[in-house]
Amino acid sequence: MSDTAELTVAETEEFVTFSAGNQVFCIKITQIREIRRWAPVTALPHTPPDVLGVMNLRGAVIPIIDLSARFGLGQTEGNERNVVIIAIDGDNSVGMLVQSVSEILSVTTDQIQDTSEVRSASTAQYITGIISHDDHMIRVIDLATVLHGRA
Amino acid sequence: MSKSSIRDTFFEECEDLLEALTEGLNELEEAPGDDETVNAVFRAVHSIKGGAGAFGLNDLVGFAHTFETVLDMVRDHKLSIDANLIRLFHKSGDKLNDLVEAERDGTSFDAASRDAVTAELEEYLSDEAEEEIAFSAAPLDFAPAPIDADLAPLSEEPVAELPNATVTSCYRIVFVPNSELYTHGHEPLLLLDQLRDLGEVEIVMDVTGAPDFAALESDMTYPGWTLCVSTQASRDEVEAVFEFVEGLCQLTIVDEVEMSDLPPLPSLPEPPQITPPPMDATAQAKPKERDSKGPKPTLRVDLERVDRLINNVGELIINQAMISQCISQLELPPTSQILNEIEDYKLLARDIQEGVMAIRAQPVKPLFQRMARIVREASEATGKHARFVTVGENTEIDKTVIERLADPLTHMVRNAVDHGLENAEGRKKAGKDESGTIRLSAAHRSGNVILEISDDGSGINRPAVLKKAIEKGLIAPDAELNEGEIDNLLFAPGFSTAAEVSNLSGRGVGMDVVKTAVMKLGGRISVASTEGEGSTFSIVLPLTLAVMDGFVVSIGDQTMVVPIASILETVSPANGDIHILGQSDRLLLLRNRYIPIVNAAENLGLGADQHETPIYLIVEAEAQGLCALEIGEIHDQRQIVVKSLDSEFGAIPGISAATILGDGKIALILDTDEIARRSAPSAETLTFIQNSEFQDV
Repeated sequence: MSDTAELTVAETEEFVTFSAGNQVFCIKITQIREIRRWAPVTALPHTPPDVLGVMNLRGAVIPIIDLSARFGLGQTEGNERNVVIIAIDGDNSVGMLVQSVSEILSVTTDQIQDTSEVRSASTAQYITGIISHDDHMIRVIDLATVLHGRA
Repeated sequence: MSKSSIRDTFFEECEDLLEALTEGLNELEEAPGDDETVNAVFRAVHSIKGGAGAFGLNDLVGFAHTFETVLDMVRDHKLSIDANLIRLFHKSGDKLNDLVEAERDGTSFDAASRDAVTAELEEYLSDEAEEEIAFSAAPLDFAPAPIDADLAPLSEEPVAELPNATVTSCYRIVFVPNSELYTHGHEPLLLLDQLRDLGEVEIVMDVTGAPDFAALESDMTYPGWTLCVSTQASRDEVEAVFEFVEGLCQLTIVDEVEMSDLPPLPSLPEPPQITPPPMDATAQAKPKERDSKGPKPTLRVDLERVDRLINNVGELIINQAMISQCISQLELPPTSQILNEIEDYKLLARDIQEGVMAIRAQPVKPLFQRMARIVREASEATGKHARFVTVGENTEIDKTVIERLADPLTHMVRNAVDHGLENAEGRKKAGKDESGTIRLSAAHRSGNVILEISDDGSGINRPAVLKKAIEKGLIAPDAELNEGEIDNLLFAPGFSTAAEVSNLSGRGVGMDVVKTAVMKLGGRISVASTEGEGSTFSIVLPLTLAVMDGFVVSIGDQTMVVPIASILETVSPANGDIHILGQSDRLLLLRNRYIPIVNAAENLGLGADQHETPIYLIVEAEAQGLCALEIGEIHDQRQIVVKSLDSEFGAIPGISAATILGDGKIALILDTDEIARRSAPSAETLTFIQNSEFQDV
């Protein structure tokens, strides 16, 4: 099997999968600072509906966005399984409200399929690739695009 | 170290050197004959020139050179210092400062005014004999060569020696470098080479101070040299070779004749040290010099690191508040040990905070020195004589506050000279000294910093102010104001007292801009004036921007903070005091004055806040004067740690920052100016308010 030789050299990356707006997404584990239970945040005036507000993370003021709303999949409904993923983008931290976090996925880079040809859909602009896992389609999100708005 | 970081270091040093220069010039004003001070000034300019040469900053080198040459004449007593020369030196110092800043920031500078100053300096040079010109020409050659800043000029100076010195004399020099000499980048070999240029040198190395090989430490220095120099050069020239290592070595220079006075070979490590001749007395910008002059050793730290530390300490304070709150909820018996411990924790946390804030605090001295320049320029432009006196220049304020004070202070100092002081004739008539005095003082008082700018001019011309205010439509023609109210008109937007627009002040920005800037810093400004005796403007500022006093209030269903500095008063009025005008504008009648009401919750898009007994915070907005901010309730007044909001969402209208309350929740800090601006009342309402103000009293 010539494939196995290639597989061992291909880089392995770990992703955390979560659901938002009833779709399954994942994000590189290295981009996650921590995962917290949802707690009410301080709303900011004059902000779009996908910006929920700010929360206190050990003395730092961190903005929280509703990932589902940002993807155009409607506001996340209140649920006790809701969690906030605190992600790091450069020097900034940002919290993303999601429905639930599922598992850690270890995949090699060649298992991630390019999505350049399906990039037209509204959520697709935030997505860099697709991982096929247990008959599910898991969307790999592009953190920078999610945080800094419209790609 | 990359070239750019060396360059940064050069500009940092330039700041210090320029400060030393200004300081020296100020001292010279007091004691014009002081050789040491002249040397300090000379060396500051010289070091800037040398460094600039290394970076190929030719404009800077050229100007510094001319400046330095004139200073050198003073140093050689060929030129004596008088008031004119001091003024020229100050002006040259200012220009040098401009050039350094222009080179640092890559901006352009005013070449014409530099050339004017250069021409003035050169006038002094042309008075001198031919040989001086020869002298001044020689060092020019070295300028663009990128070589060590300190050594470069020296190696050239002997070339420029006067040709008529033919007497050969012998010097015996004992030279033992300290290890600092090496850390400053000096090289004894080069010094010895320079001596060789002067004449014949006999060199004996002395290593008696060195320990056994095994005990050698690589960063220590052991050898010393005994040198016999036969040269035609003067003693000064020999000493000049060691000019830049002064304080970094043990140095003894004796004429051969006096040799018997000297111990045969120095008993290391403590050979006798002669009193440095005046020429070398203040080796510029070297630690030794600073030590002898008093300032304590300092450390340059990246500002970012300090800010990070300050952030962490802010978090510590918040954490401490949260723990305190948790513990108080436990309702422990008052004898509980933990209550004592938490009290200690609180004190420690506060100490740490104060200590960290003190790192950011800086003396206002550089700011005051800039103002000295403004006074000089302003008095020159207006033809008035002004003395500038500063008090409390070691008072420390937060760096950011100092930076943001520069513009308003400049404006006020200019005003003080331009509008405050009378001209020489006017002063004579009033029986005062012909030159006026501008006094700038800083002091700490009960957690605040107080800055005062006073002049001994004629005071505020109240009838003129009143007349102007009426002309500009700021007050009603028949309004009767007391003295304080008239004085405060100076701060009204669109007010400028100068009868005509001078090129100095009165550029359309008035004291209202100053007031706005001060208020942005959380401060207040006021004025006191006595006719015929002068005016004093006082600015009261918080010590730091990182912590402020605020009211914790509820707006809509949220808890928010309103900075106390922006609140004039709080009112809880009777229903009858609220009037509705037009479609929706509401007005609060307060002491015969109508003030437009802004509902904070509505303004922030939190839905109309129907509180049964609303409270009104009277705030003064930048643009449209007073404004009554309607809020639900005031919970508390406390010190809060200011946290900037992540710029993730851009600026949020009406919110300036956030803070974390004792319960761990985030509270937003209101920007009252912005809120008032966003809810500006309709034009009709504004007219109504203005008219009604004219009718009251």
